[in-house]
Amino acid sequence: MAFYTRSGRVRPQGGGLELAIWYLMRISGVALFVLALAHFSILHFLFDPANQTAQWITSQRWNSLFWRSFDWLLLMMVIFHSFMGVRTVVGDYIKGGWRTAVMSVLYLVAIVLFAIGTIVVMNLPVTLLSA
Amino acid sequence: MLLRYRGSEGMLAWAFHRISGVAIWLFVVVHVVDIYLVGGDPKAYDTILKVYASLPGRIGETLLGAALLYHALNGLRIITMDFWPALTVYHRQLWYASWIVFLAVGLPGAFLILKPAFGL
Repeated sequence: MAFYTRSGRVRPQGGGLELAIWYLMRISGVALFVLALAHFSILHFLFDPANQTAQWITSQRWNSLFWRSFDWLLLMMVIFHSFMGVRTVVGDYIKGGWRTAVMSVLYLVAIVLFAIGTIVVMNLPVTLLSA
Repeated sequence: MLLRYRGSEGMLAWAFHRISGVAIWLFVVVHVVDIYLVGGDPKAYDTILKVYASLPGRIGETLLGAALLYHALNGLRIITMDFWPALTVYHRQLWYASWIVFLAVGLPGAFLILKPAFGL
């Protein structure tokens, strides 16, 4: 193993949850390569952020089941990948009781963000009238 | 520590991956909240949007795009080596290749994001 230089985390040998997370980080990583780069490119290169008002999102951007599903999939992938990534960073630098405390707050924030993101992407009414 | 710990490309790739990852995470936290406001408080969202559309906001988005593109390309490099360990011998070359793609895609991208701030 010493021969290999990796910038990623070494595959956990014990199996179980840590190995599952290791695989899920890579699967969500590949998904985000497509979803996140497409999302960023569409909303910066095809459209200009200056025009993306609340009215534009409700009447144009989210006037489509496809883009709502796309954004919800992106939300799920990015919440999992980013919070599990930060979990690795926290595990590297913070130990003991502080680690438990910080991780508890992180998981809580992840759940809240997933909830409010899901609420807005699923429930925002479509308004076809332009202001 | 950032530049001296083990040195060379592998460690820099790791450090940049970690820094860009934490930066993207911070933005995701802000971004989910601001998009929630589209439903919760559209006027507040439109106010925040003006910050995104300003010159400092566009510089921030350019940096976000750079972090995202680096993290995506280097992440793909990591995943490729994880599932095809023989390629690890070429991890340096793969890193340089990812920088070529980064510049080829990133420079035109940065221009597109920044140009409205200069009236182009």
